[in-house]
Amino acid sequence: MSGSVRSEGSRVLAELEAEAITIIREVAAETRAPVLLFSGGKDSAVLLHLALKAFSPGRLPFPVMHVDTGHNFDEVLSYRDEFVARHRLELLVASVEESIRRGRVSDPGPTGSRNRLQSVTLLDAIAEHRFDAAFGGGRRDEDKARAKERMLSFRDTRGRWEPRQQRPEPWNMLNARIRPGEHLRAFPLSNWTELDIWSYIGVEGIPLPNIYFSHRRVVVERSRMLLAVGGPVVLEPHESAFEETVRYRTVGDQSCTGAVRSHAATVDDVIAETAAARITERGATRADDGISDAAMEDRKREGYF
Amino acid sequence: MSATRTTTRQLRIATAGSVDDGKSTLIGRLLHDTKTIFEDQLDAVIKASRRYGDQEVNLALLTDGLRAEREQGITIDVAYRYFATPRRSFVLADTPGHAQYTRNMVTGASVSDVSLVLVDARHGVVEQTRRHLGIAALLGVRHIVLAVNKMDLVTWSQSSYSAVVDEVEAILGDLHADVTLHPVPVSALQGDNVVDRSPNTPWFAGATILDLLESIEIDESAVHVGARLAVQWTIRAGSDYRGYAGRLTGGPIKVGDEVVVLPAGLRSTIRTLTVSGVAADHASPGEAIAIELRDHVDVGRGDVLVVGNATLSPVVGREIDVDVCWMTDDPAVEGRHLVVKHLTRHVGATITSVGFRLDPTTLQPTPTQSLALNDLGRLSLRLDHAIAADTARHNRSTGHLILIDETSNATAAAATIIAIT
Ligand SMILES: Nc1nc2c(ncn2[C@@H]2O[C@H](COP(=O)(O)OP(=O)(O)O)[C@@H](O)[C@H]2O)c(=O)[nH]1
Repeated sequence: MSGSVRSEGSRVLAELEAEAITIIREVAAETRAPVLLFSGGKDSAVLLHLALKAFSPGRLPFPVMHVDTGHNFDEVLSYRDEFVARHRLELLVASVEESIRRGRVSDPGPTGSRNRLQSVTLLDAIAEHRFDAAFGGGRRDEDKARAKERMLSFRDTRGRWEPRQQRPEPWNMLNARIRPGEHLRAFPLSNWTELDIWSYIGVEGIPLPNIYFSHRRVVVERSRMLLAVGGPVVLEPHESAFEETVRYRTVGDQSCTGAVRSHAATVDDVIAETAAARITERGATRADDGISDAAMEDRKREGYF
Repeated sequence: MSATRTTTRQLRIATAGSVDDGKSTLIGRLLHDTKTIFEDQLDAVIKASRRYGDQEVNLALLTDGLRAEREQGITIDVAYRYFATPRRSFVLADTPGHAQYTRNMVTGASVSDVSLVLVDARHGVVEQTRRHLGIAALLGVRHIVLAVNKMDLVTWSQSSYSAVVDEVEAILGDLHADVTLHPVPVSALQGDNVVDRSPNTPWFAGATILDLLESIEIDESAVHVGARLAVQWTIRAGSDYRGYAGRLTGGPIKVGDEVVVLPAGLRSTIRTLTVSGVAADHASPGEAIAIELRDHVDVGRGDVLVVGNATLSPVVGREIDVDVCWMTDDPAVEGRHLVVKHLTRHVGATITSVGFRLDPTTLQPTPTQSLALNDLGRLSLRLDHAIAADTARHNRSTGHLILIDETSNATAAAATIIAIT
């Protein structure tokens, strides 16, 4: 750890940190079998870092789980494995490939997005391991449906979110009681913005997969987005690939996560770039949310994160 | 956007207004004029405005994020928005105005430093405005920014404006609310007095909405009295480390300070401290900490550690009076059994009497047998076991609790502690 929010004197980050740690401890105390969702992306790296702090010097009292679409960047998978090994954490991998093989979902084909399929894989894993709470790195500034979600998001036996039946959270007092078969999602980073995340990564010295920083990559332009060629992304006859200096603002399914042209090579560069950005993270990099006004709300109702 | 690195605290704002008073328009205006709206978000709003048949770009669509909200044109649940100016960063909780969704408003308003209340200048104070003011008083909100909106539709009449301000002042007086009122005449639609001063209100000498939000001082010493740690979790490490973890209210505290464990009354001193998991010699209000004690005393989740000055100790008791906002369909009636969650402790409770209900029109206490969904009123409770609590007037951070329905697990009420014995 290179520094801390405390020594840097950032009031806003210190409060966000304390709030997140408090939520993590409270949900861990009130539920029977929580799990932390860890994708290797920057938000889940911050979430896991905070969870480690919440129980330090003790061990993390729950496992971490990755919902693997099978279309992940190699850099992200090796980062995930290193992080887990360094802190001697228990990692579970729930695989979308496996869900396809077992016929739980149908394969959208090599070019289709597997983002939506993750909901089924996640719900199956939650049922299999009998988890009753899942921590996620969702932030309210990501999307207008997320902006409506409480710190705790209750899911029925089929994992569905009912936005009209959210539990009030007066004075941030969390009521995490649920009935057998139900589970909840907890979002300790709800109040963080993309800029807060990067500033915190900077002060705390949290390592990230290198694809978050500028590098040369062979890409193809598809519906105004730059996709990395390789893996699930295969050139169509009319398309041509080219090399660009890019980085990723978010890492997810390789088939639908776009890179942005950028020369930001360090955390400070990224912070400067983020502060000046005029387009949201999802708008810049996610093909599947552009489809409908309510894309995220629909996926959440189906059991998405 | 350098606000993230400054030492000022983020200001938490909750908006409140009756349907169509122009709340969403005002928020859209604030976000737009502070350049917080991203290009792709604005594109989406322009497209959606066309689809829902609006003539102009409808900035309300920025915050009304749920499908039902867009279709019905109303706000159902709280939407959180984040924006920053070079002077401060803000979280804005946009809360619904419709009576049916009052509990969602309570969620947004309970954690706010400032309530931004909208009134349509043409209609003046309506039932919803009263309810919102009543809730702000119940929740202990310290500052109300009153936006008297749609001034363009009353030809910028100073007397229409003053009539609204006088009425709101009278209501707050009746409620004995301990708040500061900051009134502003605005047109959310045209942007007058939102960010920039309006040429249409030469008679108005006060600050614009944004100026107020940037400059309101939050006096934290007034809201925290005495250092308390409600134990959330016991961290165990090695053979003998026992860290009692929770969020500190009050303080600061330091290694070596005396500790009283309530409700049991055991005593010890602080051996070590961690702040956000890192060893420290002192801790400040609001920090997520863990305390290790010198002595092996019996401490666990739900206990309250009182640090330092014992004269500021909470009261240990079983009989409590609370002012509530009732938030579930099953009414509050005498004899009903519920679960209280106070800080980190759950304890069974019986309603021993329903004191009164605030009449929604007059906000006067009226005798009643029960409280229904969205009612504000007073209850007396008898707890199955004693808790260590403060009145909200004495300690804003520990003077609240929630009531939970035993069968559905729903949060049935938000409650402010008025008395404990
Ligand atoms: N003339 C005028 N119309 C306004 C003003 N503010 C809002 N409106 C209109 O009043 C209607 C309701 O506004 P909206 O922001 O959706 O209200 P909400 O229900 O409080 O969120 C919309 O048609 C707005 O365009 C204002 O200052 N002047």
